[in-house]
Amino acid sequence: METHVHGSVDTLINIRVEPQGFDVGAEYNLLRERSENSGAIVLFTGLVRDFNADGAIDGIILEHYPAMTQKTLQTIVQRALSKWQLDAVTIIHRVGKLLNHDQIVLVGVSARHREAAFDGASFIMDFLKTEAPFWKKEVTPQGDAQWVDAKVSDQRARERW
Amino acid sequence: MIKVLFFARVRDQVGCAELDIELPAGVSDVAGFTATVKAMGAAFEQALSEPNVLIAVNQEMANSQMTVEDGDEIAYFPPVTGG
Repeated sequence: METHVHGSVDTLINIRVEPQGFDVGAEYNLLRERSENSGAIVLFTGLVRDFNADGAIDGIILEHYPAMTQKTLQTIVQRALSKWQLDAVTIIHRVGKLLNHDQIVLVGVSARHREAAFDGASFIMDFLKTEAPFWKKEVTPQGDAQWVDAKVSDQRARERW
Repeated sequence: MIKVLFFARVRDQVGCAELDIELPAGVSDVAGFTATVKAMGAAFEQALSEPNVLIAVNQEMANSQMTVEDGDEIAYFPPVTGG
């Protein structure tokens, strides 16, 4: 699933939700090509940790609500655009079974100045963590899978905006 | 008819992912509709009574006062944990 839409200030928005992995270098190059006037590109990638509070885990399974995911991610980007002038935004979120150390999510933002790029990427991640309908299940070394509970710290991170 | 979706832990608790439920006469908001779903059985009652269950109407986050109309899609799910 891929959408390319123009935001309010000709921002190029690329949102993808898909099972396969992504190449950070390729995504960086794409963002750079779309950001002729930018002075800064910030890329964040989230990785699957190999542990939780109870010990080792053996990967995760990510579920989502497809129709709502697209809408929510678009809305989050639009909110970021109302706060900062961003030239291009890329969001990639994987779904399905992921292994320890795999990449889960990429948020890339380009802007004229670094502060907008850092803040825009951070804002998008904080809202993605608390509003985009993705759910994680951790697979134990015994092969069971347990839903991950939402964290208060994620909620607090969002409240700072 | 209302299309009802359950995700993640809530789906496991109620034992199904999707249901079509007739909007009862006189029910016009999320609170009333949720009461109808809870009345379908103990598993629904328990899953939807958990304090942190979230509700979306037509893929937008909703609260209990929001209007529900025939043809809407209503989803119940736990707090999100992506990224």
